[in-house]
Amino acid sequence: MSAAVHAQSGFGAGGGSAAHVATGGLDTTHGVVLYLDGITVSFDGFKALNKLSLSIDVGELRCVIGPNGAGKTTMMDVITGRTRADSGTAYFGQTIDLANLSEAEIAQAGIGRKFQMPTIFERLTVAENVELAMKADKRVRRTLFHRLSSEERDRIAESLRLMRLEAAADRPAGLLSHGEKQWLEIGMLLVQEPKLLLLDEPVAGMSDAETERTAELFLSLAGKHSLVVVEHDMAFIGKIARKVTVLHEGSVLAEGPMQQVQNDPRVIEVYLGR
Amino acid sequence: MSRLYGARGWAILGACSLVVFVVFPLLNLAVPPEHPLHLSAFWVTLAGKIMCYAMVAVAMDLVWGYAGILSLGHGLFFALGGYAMGMYLMRQIGREGQYQSDMPDFMVFLDWKEFPWHWWMTDQFWWALLLIVAVPGLLALVFGYFAFRSRVKGVYFSIITQALTFAAMLLFFRNATGFGGNNGFTDFKRILGFPITTPETRMALFAITGAALIGTLLLARWIVTSKLGRVLAAIRDAEPRVMFCGYDTMHYKVAIFTLSAVLAGIAGALYVPQVGIINPSEMSPANSIEIAIWVAVGGRGTLAGAILGAGLVNGAKSYFTVAFPEYWLFALGAIFILVTLFLPRGVMGLLEHLPGASRHPSSTRRGKTA
Repeated sequence: MSAAVHAQSGFGAGGGSAAHVATGGLDTTHGVVLYLDGITVSFDGFKALNKLSLSIDVGELRCVIGPNGAGKTTMMDVITGRTRADSGTAYFGQTIDLANLSEAEIAQAGIGRKFQMPTIFERLTVAENVELAMKADKRVRRTLFHRLSSEERDRIAESLRLMRLEAAADRPAGLLSHGEKQWLEIGMLLVQEPKLLLLDEPVAGMSDAETERTAELFLSLAGKHSLVVVEHDMAFIGKIARKVTVLHEGSVLAEGPMQQVQNDPRVIEVYLGR
Repeated sequence: MSRLYGARGWAILGACSLVVFVVFPLLNLAVPPEHPLHLSAFWVTLAGKIMCYAMVAVAMDLVWGYAGILSLGHGLFFALGGYAMGMYLMRQIGREGQYQSDMPDFMVFLDWKEFPWHWWMTDQFWWALLLIVAVPGLLALVFGYFAFRSRVKGVYFSIITQALTFAAMLLFFRNATGFGGNNGFTDFKRILGFPITTPETRMALFAITGAALIGTLLLARWIVTSKLGRVLAAIRDAEPRVMFCGYDTMHYKVAIFTLSAVLAGIAGALYVPQVGIINPSEMSPANSIEIAIWVAVGGRGTLAGAILGAGLVNGAKSYFTVAFPEYWLFALGAIFILVTLFLPRGVMGLLEHLPGASRHPSSTRRGKTA
């Protein structure tokens, strides 16, 4: 499994060593890929995020946990441009201010996102789903005249093989099982060649075996990509976690290795101990 | 070629072309009027008119069936194309109007001494052609830009397009707007110097309309089978996902909406010389809703279904408005309800169940990707 992932030459954004990934305008010379500082978002007076500060290192695999309403999804919305912060700053690398970019521009800059509910194009085939996600010039005219090169075909096939969806390539994606849809969406993320992946509950609805494979995949991606994983499945978190951030009421409650966080009395009170 | 349609599709298209370009001209022009096989001008005009409607339906299917944008203002773009052609046709009347003036009759009647500014150059055919494309296109571009930039979608977009066409209708009803008020334009005499009511001119307009319809269909088919077509379908199914894939969906929506408006405008321009009149009632909100009904009846997201739907509904309308004029709107409503309840994929969905039909006539897929 992990060997197969490493063979995906196209997936690695910055090569093996994670210290300097400075491709495509992303400047991570200080080793930080994402930097949130004092982000506040309120909806009708309710503070979904309250002075949230967080930084993700290049190549890191960070798990974010927290009770419902802690602001996990809102945080992803802010990073991907779907929601604008009322105050605070969000930087991608040293130089890219996310507040100035649209969703599409943020995606092109190298942030990929998987939604909580698997979101794929139900009426297109599985292969077409991957085709649309694949890194390319995504402007209207280029898209109209775009023809699949054999190299691109190979990459689609490769990605489907990795996601174990080759047999379903020409079937409408809407016919896939829930777990397969999750995998397809992860595969779509990877062919986008993002430098930072945001994964919102990626193993929800997966069987144990599928969850196991997903954990292996994520571990093999870390280092080449930076990952932020939001999950409720503590067994899954336990498998992949290095550093865990606990959100509560819109800000960071605790941060550190899984063991330390699990034993933090404040965390136990708001989340784990109930 | 093979990307657009399979052998079966091209055969059907070939047969339809044969009817339009050979059978109709022969039966109308070559067969003498007293012969039972003679096709009268009534049928030629009716079929020409329906082909114009079919063009709008294809344009509508592009935005609604593929990109999921339900525009209920396409009647406006159709009418604007028609008015652009109508201005030229008014200028072609010359001094043969009631008042034997260089100015159109309605302007003489209003005691206007010179043409309003927007009539500038309208005696030139090439200028009319430019207006036919540019006016609906620019309106759709500007309107679409602001609507899609503000993320107006779904039923809200449908409602503001209804408001747009209604506002335009009120504007065109005013005499002062300079488009003949509620009477619009009529009494056309010539087009490009040819008398407009002779069987030959009529047949020429009919054949041009047929060619335009086939061209529209092939262009639309080419678009929906391209990667752009797949992006449009993806926007329809899950727009946020498309944005997070790195596509600026606003540009896609503006582009397809504008193209669709231009196609509707061309259809309107071909419609006016054939039916001989254009007035603001073409912009009534109900007209635009009817366009959506044609597409729904035929089957959304199939293109061919749009043509079929326009033909079936307008065929039924021609029959009903003669046989039971007061019941047409009830019949139309009943058709729409029945199709929505029992044929969610329209007549094309029904045809798919016929033996020998291909499995994926509506699919946007192309060959094997992997």
